[in-house]
Amino acid sequence: MTEKPKLAMYWSASCGGCEIAVLNIHEKILTVDEVFDIAFFPCIADFKTKDVEAYPDDHITVCLWNGAIRNSEGEEMAHLLRKKSQFMVAFGSCAYEGCIPALSNLTSKEATFDTVYKNNPSIDNPEGFIPTTSVQVPEGELTIPEFYHTVKSLDQVVDVDYYLPGCPPEPHQIWAVLQVIVGALLEGAPLPPKGSIVGVSDVAVCEECDLEKGEKVISRFYRPYEIVPEAGVCLLEQGIVCMGPATRGGCGALCPEVGIGCRGCYGPMPGVEDQGGKMLSAIASVIGAGDETMEDDELEREIQAVVDTIADPAGTFYRFSMAHSLLQRANVNGKGEAA
Amino acid sequence: MSETYEPVIVGFLCNWCSYRAADLAGTARIKYAPNMRSIRVMCSGRVEPQFILKALRNGADGVMIAGCHPGECHYVNGNIKAKRRFVLLKKMLDQLGIEEERVQLLWASASEGIKLAEKVNEMTEALRPLGPLNWDEKVINRNNGYKAAEVLPVLEEA
Repeated sequence: MTEKPKLAMYWSASCGGCEIAVLNIHEKILTVDEVFDIAFFPCIADFKTKDVEAYPDDHITVCLWNGAIRNSEGEEMAHLLRKKSQFMVAFGSCAYEGCIPALSNLTSKEATFDTVYKNNPSIDNPEGFIPTTSVQVPEGELTIPEFYHTVKSLDQVVDVDYYLPGCPPEPHQIWAVLQVIVGALLEGAPLPPKGSIVGVSDVAVCEECDLEKGEKVISRFYRPYEIVPEAGVCLLEQGIVCMGPATRGGCGALCPEVGIGCRGCYGPMPGVEDQGGKMLSAIASVIGAGDETMEDDELEREIQAVVDTIADPAGTFYRFSMAHSLLQRANVNGKGEAA
Repeated sequence: MSETYEPVIVGFLCNWCSYRAADLAGTARIKYAPNMRSIRVMCSGRVEPQFILKALRNGADGVMIAGCHPGECHYVNGNIKAKRRFVLLKKMLDQLGIEEERVQLLWASASEGIKLAEKVNEMTEALRPLGPLNWDEKVINRNNGYKAAEVLPVLEEA
């Protein structure tokens, strides 16, 4: 038998949930092990960067990359693994569109450092030390990666072959995608065209959601802690912001069906560039305030009152897609305030 | 810069009122700022937030949405929908650091050519002091433009 194809999985700005999701395919992981040699997978096996550097180009068949590009280490590794891999897969929401790490694009690097290292109840840092990329110590120079101002998705840094959305991707979808790859490698089956978003459905989460849907006229939105949702009824109808209408399905609507509004982790619908913009449209269309008999002042007041109940529109509508949105980040000064 | 900065405004004008107002302004030979690029849409309710965001990202300094007065919409309440989106969008744009002068909603009926012309003049003048939006340069690529010294107090050597 010829040599086995090589699999790599690497993380940058992410939580590690994607690795767990891969292991969550249960006993099928043994099949993965049968088919592939693991070439690089620091989460589960001991590999070093120099091992990857030593590989010839295109040595790795498939690299599953999870995590957004947050610092210079992520960028460097992305370039390295791109060079060494035949197929680069943006695995999970962070790599695909920035996800939670990219929410910090709504503020600044300095404000982030301030919160993380200085003004935080659990931090004791009277000298106000914050990380710098290099420092001289008696033994020599110590360096750490540079923390970037803006979080990027993987495809904003290197060429990406496939995208597998989800936070994390659902195990059955991961398995389906692995099967396609294995089929292509072992039996020459066709691969999806480059740039495809795989492991998803082409309908909105609402289509997959079994909750009963009627007309939506909302006079007040609720944050999750403010309401106990009625079982079996569409959450958006109850005033809970649910991203279902603007989010691609594939997950099976797991969250709304247990009473938690869809957060939007599978990204925008096919053909949509900006998930947040679409969601904003959907939310605005269910606002039950203002009608054509009102004067402009009254109209504005009534609508504003409902809009005021949505605490954080940017953070809510772009929870997973900030880095990949049209504006990509906020225009803020060093304190994280509007510049 | 010796030349005056000329802001670029993308105007989404509704077919039934505001585009006709612009037509009227033209036929009446009203002089107003040439800064607005008009795009005719069937209704102000057709204007998706994506259109506005895309215009801002791709070089517009401001966006004007103009439609029929409340109660006068050709489609009964398309303009009310536009207003709902607009109010929510304003809140979101504020979080994204986009000044409120940059995105404006205006009601102008087919007979209000003068009003439309005046509003375009006003918006042009309101945008001038803000300077170009230039999102790619000023916001996205600022990472590279940031001077490290400004940002990070250098850790004292131990």
